[in-house]
Parts: sequence; C-alpha cells; structure tokens
Amino acid sequence: MYGDAIFFWVFAATLVGSALAVILARNPVHSVLFLILSFAAAAGLFLLMGAEFLGMILVVVYVGAVAVLFLFVVMMLDVDFAELKQGFLQYLPIGALIALFVAFELGYVAVGWTRSTQAAAAASPAGAIANTAALGRVLYTQYFYFFQAAGMILLTAMIGAIVLTLRHRVGVKRQDIAIQVARNPASAVEVRKVPSRVGI
Amino acid sequence: MIIGLTHYLTLGAILFTIGVAGIILNRKNIIVILMSVELILLSVNINLVAFSTNSGDLTGQVFALFILTVAAAEAAIGLAILVTYYRNRGSIAVEDINALKG
Repeated sequence: MYGDAIFFWVFAATLVGSALAVILARNPVHSVLFLILSFAAAAGLFLLMGAEFLGMILVVVYVGAVAVLFLFVVMMLDVDFAELKQGFLQYLPIGALIALFVAFELGYVAVGWTRSTQAAAAASPAGAIANTAALGRVLYTQYFYFFQAAGMILLTAMIGAIVLTLRHRVGVKRQDIAIQVARNPASAVEVRKVPSRVGI
Repeated sequence: MIIGLTHYLTLGAILFTIGVAGIILNRKNIIVILMSVELILLSVNINLVAFSTNSGDLTGQVFALFILTVAAAEAAIGLAILVTYYRNRGSIAVEDINALKG
C-alpha cells in the first residue's frame, strides 16, 4: 500500500532530477549518463504501473542500445563542448518563459481533465494473464500489420544509418581473396641465380 | 497517500517541460537537443502507459511500444547524420549548419 507510494516518489524524484541534470550538465558525457539514469527510473515507474514489458524494453533497448549509441557519438566526436555551452545564460530567460508556459498549459490539462462517458465502455478489464502475455496477444493479432510496419521502420533506420556512415577510403590496403587464391608458383615465385659475393 | 493517474500525468507534464526547456537552453549543442527529444518522447510514453493502466486497455501500451520503436530509429538516424556532418564539416554547432540557407 505505502510501498507503492514510496517507490513512486523515489522514482519520480530520480526521474525529474536526472532529467534536469541532462539539460543542465556542462559535460555531454554526464548528460548521457544522467539520461541513462532517467531511463532506469522511468522503467521503475512502468513496473509500478503494471507495464512490465515496456519496463523491460526500456532497460534493454534504451539503456542498452540508444544511450550507449549517444555515449559512443559524444566520445567519438572531438568537439569543444565548452564553446557550445556559451550563450546558455543568454537563452535562459526565454527558455524559462516558454517552459513555464508549457508547464502551465500541461498542468491545467492534467488537473482539470474529466473522463468521457464513452471511454469507460471501451475499456476491457485486465485478465489474469501477465502483462507481457496480454501485450503479445494483441500485438500479434490485432496490431499485426502495425507490428510489421514497426519492423520495417527499424530496418529502414538500420540501412540508412549504415549507408550514411559507411565510407570507402581510397589508398587503403585491403585483402582481395580472389587474387590471393588465383596465385600460382609461376606468378608468385621468382627464381634467380645469385652470383657469389655480389648479391642481387 | 494513493498514487493515482493525476500523479503520473503531472510527472509526464514536468518531464515534457524539462525536455522543451532543454531544447531552448542548449540551442548550440545538437547532441543535447537530441537527448531532450528523447526525454519528451519518454514523457509521452509515461502518459500513455498511465492512461492504459488506469482504463484497463492495452492499446496505450501498444502505442507506447511503437513510439519506442520510432524513437530508437530516430536516434540512430540522427546520430548517423551527425557523424557524417562532423566528418564533412568538422563542426556540429547548430549555428554553423546553414548550408541550405539561400
């Protein structure tokens, strides 16, 4: 009973604090690490809400793949991040203004909304099966084509990323297996008669 | 104190606001902008899952799953463009990216 509330506040505080650290940290490597922390906290929140599968996916896909991808790129690019941080204070007033405006709008909606009378009829009660199994049941039947489309999107992203970043440098020695296999003693070995005390 | 739907919605709103503020505050650093976009998508996912749990309907979680997919694809493509751009121009400052400006 109280355990849920305690865990909610812990995870929510971690999430908000680490999200603030993401946008305020001076070093982008720290930003990425705080992004990982916020994803982990969000996974905990998903578990609290009963969405176990999404929590697992968040840890596996986001912490394991996307955040590490960010980390690779941040560390690979040799960028002067101190220079990029300049002008932060200059943007602070307008940023705070827009953030307050968005927060006011969202807060107004979050507090003042009411449920539609038709919405309750559409809701189906959660059965005895686990969240992951229930999600699989609808994902592979009702949303099958969307599932396939999501796979196509990932394939497109993968091919696109490879095409964008792959480059063939000229002048780099590479192994050509066909040429290696096609060699024979006549072309590979040269027999020379070396005179004594002269050398080649 | 019971943790209800409003708590999660407020948390999502706070996270969305932080993401929007991050985009404006770090206008020069495109990597942090991409991370702010990830935060915004995470807040949307929190909203969807909260409503899904609250109404006992799995559609919200399916939608959140698709958002995760698109966000992963977007991060991969965005970072690939970033690496290519840095290789060609030697800079990723947002104000230097003006080659298409007439």
